[in-house]
Amino acid sequence: MNSNSVTAQSVSAHAAPDQAVVTYQARIHVTLRPSVLDPAGAAVETGLKHLGHAGISGVRMGKYIELKISAANEAAARQQLDQVCDQLLANPVIENYRFELESI
Amino acid sequence: MKFGVIVFPGSNCDRDILWVTQGILQQPTRMVWHEDSDLSDIDVVVVPGGFSYGDYLRCGAIARFSPALRATLDHAKAGKPVLGVCNGFQILTEAGLLPGALVRNANLHFVCERSPLIVGRTDLPFTQGYRQGQTITIPVAHGEGRYYADADTLARLEDNHQVVFRYGDNPNGSLNDIAGICNAAGNVLGMMPHPERASDPLTGGTDGLALFEALAQQLVAA
Repeated sequence: MNSNSVTAQSVSAHAAPDQAVVTYQARIHVTLRPSVLDPAGAAVETGLKHLGHAGISGVRMGKYIELKISAANEAAARQQLDQVCDQLLANPVIENYRFELESI
Repeated sequence: MKFGVIVFPGSNCDRDILWVTQGILQQPTRMVWHEDSDLSDIDVVVVPGGFSYGDYLRCGAIARFSPALRATLDHAKAGKPVLGVCNGFQILTEAGLLPGALVRNANLHFVCERSPLIVGRTDLPFTQGYRQGQTITIPVAHGEGRYYADADTLARLEDNHQVVFRYGDNPNGSLNDIAGICNAAGNVLGMMPHPERASDPLTGGTDGLALFEALAQQLVAA
């Protein structure tokens, strides 16, 4: 194996077993797009008003997902998480997502 | 084998479809387990109602990645008929076979009632047994059946005449009263109401039977 192929491997998103990988804790927030009606959020808001919390408005319900991800580096982890969110965790027709990463 | 009904963990309307296609219409029908990837013997794929994979994450989100659904994408691409009912409609939108999404009913009710539907197209393999503008009565039963799409997608659906069924009473807040849509080619139909539950006179109505009869007659003609 020459040095070039080693370099090529080290930048690939899926690290080989003998390479150092970093494990990250990911915290993913999936929220309804602003244009999508959220009747559940409206119902919760009504409940809060019934509790006497008059100053609260704009309640929107979403999902919070935690997962661990191992990758060569943070850029690779972010790229893979974008795919995971676009393909399954969020439906881009109705939802937006954002995530935070923390190495562990 | 002519009709194929995909069975996911959590499907619960699969045998209702079987009762109509095989029991009433005497058409050969195969139940297709979700891990089966070979649909080559099947003419019409039906994705039935229920709660596939527990409706976890989003309705239909996980079913979309099953081998049977991947094979259904190829079936649809080949121009063959695919019918998605209720959870099946949700799965077809998640899979991208149909545009838009089905979200929580606007009134937060799980609606379970007979709903008047207005037939918007009669030139499809599914709807040739109906008259244009005819009102038929078909049961609905869902908590997340409110059709949503962005303004451009809605305009495109209307321009292309892809709205196949509209609610007369809009029980869930669907945009443009949409109860069922087809793809641009017209071989994929998704609908929230359950035509299989209005096919046997014992269930109190038979307005849904014409949909399955039209499909069966296509098979004979082919």
